[in-house]
Amino acid sequence: MAVPPEAAGQAAESHESVAPKPHLKRDQVVIRFAGDSGDGMQLTGMQFTSESALAGNDIATLPDYPAEIRAPQGTLAGVSGFQLNFSSNEVFTPGDEPNVLVAMNPAALRTNLEDLQPNAVIIVDCEAFNESNIKRAGYTSNPLTDHSLDKFQVIEVDVTKLTSLAVHGLGLNNRAAFRCRNMFVLGMLSWLFQRPIDATIISLKNRFKKVPELLEANIRVLTAGYNYGETTEMFASSYEVPAAHIAPGLYRNITGNSATALGFVAAAVKAGRPLFLGSYPITPASDILHDLAGYKNFPVYTFQAEDEIAGVCSAIGAAFGGAIAITTTSGPGMNLKGEAIGLAMKVELPIVITDVQRAGPSTGMPTKPEQADLMQAMYGRHGESPVPIIAASTPADCFDCAFEAVRIAVKYMTPVILLTDGQLANGAEPWLLPDPDKLAPIKVEFATNPEGFLPYARDPETLSRPWAVPGTKGLEHRIGGLSGENLTGNVSHSPANNELMVRTRARKVEGIKREIPPIEVFGDASGGDLVVLGWGSTFGPIREAVKRVRAKGKKVSHVHLRYLNPMPGDLSETLKRFKQVMVAEMNMGQLLKLVRAEYLIDAFGFNKIQGRPFKVSEIENRINRVLEG
Amino acid sequence: MATVLNRKDFVSNQEVRWCPGCGDYAILAAVQKTMPEFGVAPENTVFISGIGCSSRFPYYMNTYGFHTIHGRAPAIATGLKISRPDLDVWVVTGDGDGLSIGGNHLIHVLRRNVDIKILLFNNRIYGLTKGQYSPTSEVGKITKSTPAGSIDFPFNPITVALGTHGTFVARSIDIEQKHLGEMLKRAHEHRGTSFIEILQNCSIFNEGAFNDVTDKALKADHQLVLEHGKPLIFGKNRDKGIRMNGMRPEAVQLSATVTEKDLVVHDETNLSLAFMLGHFEPPLPTPVGVFYAVSRPTYDGAVNQQLVDAKAKQGAGDLRALLGKGDTWTVN
Ligand SMILES: Cc1ncc(C[n+]2csc(CCOP(=O)(O)OP(=O)(O)O)c2C)c(N)n1
Ligand code: SF4
Ligand SMILES: [Mg+2]
Repeated sequence: MAVPPEAAGQAAESHESVAPKPHLKRDQVVIRFAGDSGDGMQLTGMQFTSESALAGNDIATLPDYPAEIRAPQGTLAGVSGFQLNFSSNEVFTPGDEPNVLVAMNPAALRTNLEDLQPNAVIIVDCEAFNESNIKRAGYTSNPLTDHSLDKFQVIEVDVTKLTSLAVHGLGLNNRAAFRCRNMFVLGMLSWLFQRPIDATIISLKNRFKKVPELLEANIRVLTAGYNYGETTEMFASSYEVPAAHIAPGLYRNITGNSATALGFVAAAVKAGRPLFLGSYPITPASDILHDLAGYKNFPVYTFQAEDEIAGVCSAIGAAFGGAIAITTTSGPGMNLKGEAIGLAMKVELPIVITDVQRAGPSTGMPTKPEQADLMQAMYGRHGESPVPIIAASTPADCFDCAFEAVRIAVKYMTPVILLTDGQLANGAEPWLLPDPDKLAPIKVEFATNPEGFLPYARDPETLSRPWAVPGTKGLEHRIGGLSGENLTGNVSHSPANNELMVRTRARKVEGIKREIPPIEVFGDASGGDLVVLGWGSTFGPIREAVKRVRAKGKKVSHVHLRYLNPMPGDLSETLKRFKQVMVAEMNMGQLLKLVRAEYLIDAFGFNKIQGRPFKVSEIENRINRVLEG
Repeated sequence: MATVLNRKDFVSNQEVRWCPGCGDYAILAAVQKTMPEFGVAPENTVFISGIGCSSRFPYYMNTYGFHTIHGRAPAIATGLKISRPDLDVWVVTGDGDGLSIGGNHLIHVLRRNVDIKILLFNNRIYGLTKGQYSPTSEVGKITKSTPAGSIDFPFNPITVALGTHGTFVARSIDIEQKHLGEMLKRAHEHRGTSFIEILQNCSIFNEGAFNDVTDKALKADHQLVLEHGKPLIFGKNRDKGIRMNGMRPEAVQLSATVTEKDLVVHDETNLSLAFMLGHFEPPLPTPVGVFYAVSRPTYDGAVNQQLVDAKAKQGAGDLRALLGKGDTWTVN
């Protein structure tokens, strides 16, 4: 019966016969919850994630929102999904192909079917498979009866009816009762995977504090779902995914956007300066603005500007005044910010620009991830305009990268671009809470001494200029975008001086190399047949794929880049130890071009531009083909 | 402030490089002369500009200064003022900088009422780029880019500012040093966005654009100096005034039958009146002075108040507590 197929191959190791039903152990399960946007699938997914985290699994999640806010009910466009990968091993991605799909209606089934593993378990609310829903999903016949699902294990549960039975007598109207269906599913799955529902009940109590009848309804439905799993014949057994071996400590589940916001707050606290965010809403970056708007007491200023240009410009103004200043956006907004980033680069003021990359070009697929803004970050400004770039690899890594971006910006008096993407932004994973006392120091020293003060004098090591903020007596000075004289910054059109300044700023950025830690090769540092090079969110699928092929004895390694400008000083020599270099990216080969141009390495690309992350299997297959020659 | 400031404290060591006869010199002189009266030390004063001849202004002020990019000065000033409400922040912009490329930022800073002072130098031309028509150029203007005459209908800076419910809207003239000084003072006293349109002569590309209000022989008959609470009187002999004819204003000759009592009395707090005056065009006289001045909470003040309130309610930010917020679990 309901055997998650990935585990099915491994045969059931342990039958515990204490319970009335057998209890099977599995290493890893990938579940996708899918339903209409109003069906509460995100909430169900997140709650099941919490239960799994509490059970000690390593996890990674990814929501899949419809592009339209409220697409018509029952349509393909209105399907909202949430995928969870939970395992007793280390997890790197939200999982390739789900082995369990919960489909609340025919549209949810249809949009997700092609992603499933063969033999996957599909749990459907059979009452939702009525004629009109089936038609609205574009089916010509009922998939539950036309044998099109024969290669899957379909479990039909009358979720709608069972839910309304559970709330009977509470006086809920039909609509309110219908909206509790997700709790039935959650209860059922909690039983199926032997997750205690206590934590969910506590969270429901918080959620419905003010509406006791809804609280009662949700708890009843949740419990009914759990009991249904245990007592009915639907499920022959339940499953256990034992706890993973993860580093001890205090954890919380975190999305990339939340981690980014926290990284910036932490950096500002460490710097002892207020945080200022100037931003204009854009998917998938807006949540950083939303989060930071709630942290005013730190203090955090959030300014929702009239456009992206004003967003970055207000940050530049705040940086001029001595704040830790940032702006957040996604691709289209990044285009608009270009000129102002060039200004910050030229006047040498510290700001961090976060680009939560989404699938372009133009408006593209706003809710989907891509990595095609790397060249823009590198070269998307007029003139010689070098800007340090760092990229986050996982949702939790966004915290470290945001923090690091601020540290570099302040230390080198430069704008820094932080690249994340829609996958990281909304995806979540457990995060080992950092100890604030152990975070790197961020030293802010404003210039105060008028004696010999020169706004463009430089620190001999970092080539950084002084940060002289208004309000400081005796340091009054003027900065601007016009070419400026060495040391004084006064307007100068001297040809030689211009070249000196262009080269000096380039050397300053290049000098950050000194601080970049040596590359950690996953695999064989000494070299081998193939190294897969990646950056950003492709970290997860590449790492997992390389792990899998290495387990089969292949001489394949993984190098991941956090620092994209400048790149690590040992990158060239590291890559040259391998017979072949493959750069896997969600673009047409942007890092590939940089690496080839910079190091004359004959690397080749593996590219995907579908607004979807690589599947582990895709990279694994590609590696195998490359090795076969 | 103990030390008395004087003009020199505001003069930088940079050579001023506008064309001979440019109205910008006069504006610079008026600003440098008036600033000491505010009692704000140069180090607490910041001039932020965009791009244009006018936007070179900050280089010549011995304060903090930032010559930024075309049109964006209001946005940069907003970020600075929000995070540093202690500073006196001025924006210098042009008719192209402020109303064309930067029109969006200008209307939003006015609408928000950020406590900054905006000086828009209106020469009705693009000076720096050598003489193309601007959003304030009159229809039919012959320039390099409009050899057959421009066909754009122009913006009126005053009514644009009033349209955003800007809280302080005034007009002055580059060479009217006394009047300009008074307007600067009023602007500085005002809490909120102060907007002054300064009619400025571009001696190279638009010489004499404001002749009717600057020429000694003509100006008295063409300037209408607005004074709060006073009737709208103008003319060399102060013998003309503005009267309402139904819903329409008209210029009238004062006489035995038409007296001051028949004239409109200026009220700076009346937005409808301000709009009406803002729309004055020849043959009606050109109003100068404060069209509109009202008090409304400032954006930067409100933002900072929210921070104070948040701190009072939640206590000072505690990073450890913030990181560990929400559902956590311990792995042993
Ligand atoms: C992004 C950008 N576009 C165009 C320009 C060229 N430009 C510089 S100043 C200017 C017009 C300035 O006119 P105005 O604001 O009226 O200033 P004025 O020179 O008349 O004082 C233009 C078009 C520029 N510097 N930057
Ligand atoms: S071009 Fe016109 S506005 Fe510019 S400096 Fe010369 S006179 Fe002044
Ligand atoms: Mg102009």
